[in-house]
Amino acid sequence: MQKSLHIDPNKCTGCLQCEMACSWEKYQSFTTAKSRIKVFSFHHEGRFVPYTCTQCDEAWCMIACPVDAIQLDPVTGAKIVLEPTCVGCKVCTIACPFGTINYVAQTGKVQKCDLCDGAPACAKACPTAAITYVDSDWTGLEKMRQWAGKTDTNPATV
Amino acid sequence: MAWTKNVLRVNLEAGTCTTEPLNMQWAQDYLGQRGLATKYLVAETDPKVDPLSPKNKMIFVTGPLTGTMAATGGRYSVVTKGPLTGAIACSNSGGYFGAELKFAGWDMVIFEGASPKPVYLLIIDGQAELLDASHLWGKTVWETEEIIKKLHQDPQIRVASIGRAGENGVLYAGIVNDLHRAAGRSGVGAVMGSKNLKAVAVRGTRTDAYKLANPEAFFAATEAGKKVLAANGVTGQGLPTYGTQVLMNVINELGALPTRNHRDVQFEGAMAIGGEAMHEKRPTDGKANLVTNGACFGCTIACGRISRMDPNHFSVKDKPQYHGASGGVEYEAAWALGAANGVSDLEALTYANFLCNEDGFDPISFGATVGAAMELYDLGILTKEQIGFELPFGSTEGMVKLAELTAKGEGFGKEIGLGSKRLCAKYGKPELSMTVKGQEFPAYDGRGLQGMGLAYATSNRGACHLRGYMVSPEVLGIPVKMEPQATEGKPAMLKAFQDLTAVVDSSGLCLFTTFAWGLADIQPQIQAACEGDWSEDRLLLIGERIWNMEREFNLAAGLTCKDDNLPPRLMKEPAKTGPQKGAVSKLDIMLPEYYQVRGWTTEGVPTPETRTRLGV
Repeated sequence: MQKSLHIDPNKCTGCLQCEMACSWEKYQSFTTAKSRIKVFSFHHEGRFVPYTCTQCDEAWCMIACPVDAIQLDPVTGAKIVLEPTCVGCKVCTIACPFGTINYVAQTGKVQKCDLCDGAPACAKACPTAAITYVDSDWTGLEKMRQWAGKTDTNPATV
Repeated sequence: MAWTKNVLRVNLEAGTCTTEPLNMQWAQDYLGQRGLATKYLVAETDPKVDPLSPKNKMIFVTGPLTGTMAATGGRYSVVTKGPLTGAIACSNSGGYFGAELKFAGWDMVIFEGASPKPVYLLIIDGQAELLDASHLWGKTVWETEEIIKKLHQDPQIRVASIGRAGENGVLYAGIVNDLHRAAGRSGVGAVMGSKNLKAVAVRGTRTDAYKLANPEAFFAATEAGKKVLAANGVTGQGLPTYGTQVLMNVINELGALPTRNHRDVQFEGAMAIGGEAMHEKRPTDGKANLVTNGACFGCTIACGRISRMDPNHFSVKDKPQYHGASGGVEYEAAWALGAANGVSDLEALTYANFLCNEDGFDPISFGATVGAAMELYDLGILTKEQIGFELPFGSTEGMVKLAELTAKGEGFGKEIGLGSKRLCAKYGKPELSMTVKGQEFPAYDGRGLQGMGLAYATSNRGACHLRGYMVSPEVLGIPVKMEPQATEGKPAMLKAFQDLTAVVDSSGLCLFTTFAWGLADIQPQIQAACEGDWSEDRLLLIGERIWNMEREFNLAAGLTCKDDNLPPRLMKEPAKTGPQKGAVSKLDIMLPEYYQVRGWTTEGVPTPETRTRLGV
């Protein structure tokens, strides 16, 4: 079964545990600036939205890369940056419609979410289940369940 | 080690920024944040210094757990000598600023002197520079944050700044970061304003800023801690759902909600301004005041209130800048802006709270001062002519108008901005000021909760609920249930709370974790982050050491045991209604015992034995 990161912004509180977990996974440091998942705060709307790579099937970053530095992990479906191959041309950052692959000046390479080999640290760290790692075919399951729960099953009173 | 071991020293007079190594012996003796910065302040500052003079210093400081995955590990404090009280001031704030400072590689920033012209400090990792802030002077906190982010083309810069209140010398001006998180009490923002320092802006991207002593043990300890918070009724359900506002109806029903400048102990409008009311749909526009709850950095509790006002409310009609969501009222703010002056309009309270965030002033001290002004008006001592408008108890319009005037530093707002002690003294009624050491009470009546009365009287920064939260045993039964009117055992319990609180405030964690966590939950997290042996006993000794150090600073500043008092109203005027009817504070019984358990003389001075034992 293939799994996907599933994000429910309504549950996000903006605590950034996910960003710290991501940074720890890749840098052994809690530096949120290095995270591959970003929580955006829309202050005037009172909304927090975690945002990361959705691992497109037709991954434009992968197609755009001139040196084949982005490869598909056949098990997780993640599109993975091979750092030794990446030349830092940034074409992938232009190709990606979502902005979730980014250049890192420090290393001269790009970085993106790689699903942590199938055990995403962000999902594990999220205290409110705003980020979950679920069956790719059923990312809507929780939403369906919620709406189903709102169904008025009481007999109509006359 | 969880310290960055770097101190940034900013001389505002010379305009220089220099780096120095953290005194690691002091880190071992005082842990971090509140304890460590107070040690620096005490070592470098004359306790008799005028708080608003260039000779006073001001320290921004993080703790060893700030900027870590420990739940709530995002706090920072501002330590200085406070202008409201003339005592030690330490104000603690959440949001994201503290963690960013740590990621930039700094444990603390020490500000000394005063700048000849307005400046702001920009820190980008190891680089720090003072920049001209003449274009920011006169701007609000909200404007300042936006301008700085645009100017440096970096929306991820975190900003802590003062608004017009701090510039204008409001004695309870705060420092606001991330738009609505504040080092709110004791006037730390007025000190910042006196130094011509408008803002501190920081961007931290370093992955080598600090190292955990034992990562494996750290994850085990912090994950266990998070489970405890999630499973606890207060931190897992009450606080996320209602915020601290969960307390409004509880404290009111208990008869310990100070109302109309402490004339009453119950407020008939409490239901309308409490946590439940924030969830209810308004009849005017069908929407609830509360939009969602929000967390500070690393917090798995998420008690923060994010509110949106009714755009047609009289206070914000035709003012679109207040129509978006922003920081809503917490319990203390709702009490001070509401019950303390008899106002029960939740929308008006939210608006006044927005103004407190926007221009950086403490809603507790502001609201309580308005309550005092209303009593002076009620007694005919203050007149409509002096104030500029009528100000009876319960005047929503009056409270709102005063919030606007205080924010701008205009009209009668100038007098409100000096706090209740100075206001009541000026008009010949000092006994009507509901303060200790010049700082206004927060939202619990010292007659209704005897332990809280003692906590107020003995708090090192003036009346405060965050130095020894006796509400926990007296109302919530944490760690044991104590009857509100009992005095037995309360001095010892208060000492234990004060010492534990000093540890939490020095760690980088939020005090609210202690609704669920005991020292046994906190100790393993500190132990795993910091090298060395951090036993529970050692941590409590550090807490006690910090408390006594603050006490010694206050004594050297000229305070005495006479300042460990409560206003005569709490000692002589019995509670009029509710379960605590007839009660007055029994401070006279508890205080001598408190001095004894502290190891102090009958004059409230640490004995030589106590000093030796603590190494103060």
